[in-house]
Amino acid sequence: MSDINVNILYFAWMREHTGTQSESIALPQDARTVGDLMPILVARSPGHATALKNMAAVRVAVNRVYGDLQTPVAAGDEVAFFPPVTGG
Amino acid sequence: MAVRVQQEDFDVGVESRALQAATVGAIALFVGTVRSLSDDDTVTAMTLEHYPGMTEQEIIRIENEARDRWPLIEVTVIHRIGRLEAGEQIVLVAVSSAHRGAAFDAAQYIMDFLKTDAPFWKAEERGDDIRWVEARESDNTAHDKWR
Repeated sequence: MSDINVNILYFAWMREHTGTQSESIALPQDARTVGDLMPILVARSPGHATALKNMAAVRVAVNRVYGDLQTPVAAGDEVAFFPPVTGG
Repeated sequence: MAVRVQQEDFDVGVESRALQAATVGAIALFVGTVRSLSDDDTVTAMTLEHYPGMTEQEIIRIENEARDRWPLIEVTVIHRIGRLEAGEQIVLVAVSSAHRGAAFDAAQYIMDFLKTDAPFWKAEERGDDIRWVEARESDNTAHDKWR
């Protein structure tokens, strides 16, 4: 079934809010972009809703390349959500 | 080109000597360390998390952008992860070139973009209190000056 799924990753405080590092969700037939996934992700738990409440404060990567809510998503993709980075 | 994300500490002398070569005239090294004083509080330790796979890819992308701007010979980037105590080394950027200008500038460029683009996150410990560090606007400013 993995060919119809997308793998979602969360890091730092987003991982803590959602309670998961990664989860696989079925890609809806009409979903074309990261933005199209948001209603499904937000509905998964109150923690997800909190983590994804302010998308202006969240960075998005699709297949390990920076993107945004308009970035296309296809089955088999890896979509990551994380706070602004603080390394170095 | 060498990018290493690791828990272990690194030896600056070893990394510097590894860049010595007949064509090299300058080696610039930057070392970032865990600072105990942050927002007037005492940070005892921090834990660094990253996005395996994307981290290395982003650092290589930043390095390639630096190579488009300056004639560099070798670049080494080492970033530690896991729990680090105050005073410990976190990051090394080492750049070799024929002349110092390119080495200095490229080391700063790589470090500035690493701060804003490489997917690492720090959680600071103050005693029993653990808090995720928020991104700084000054890091975006440092990054924007290269545009």
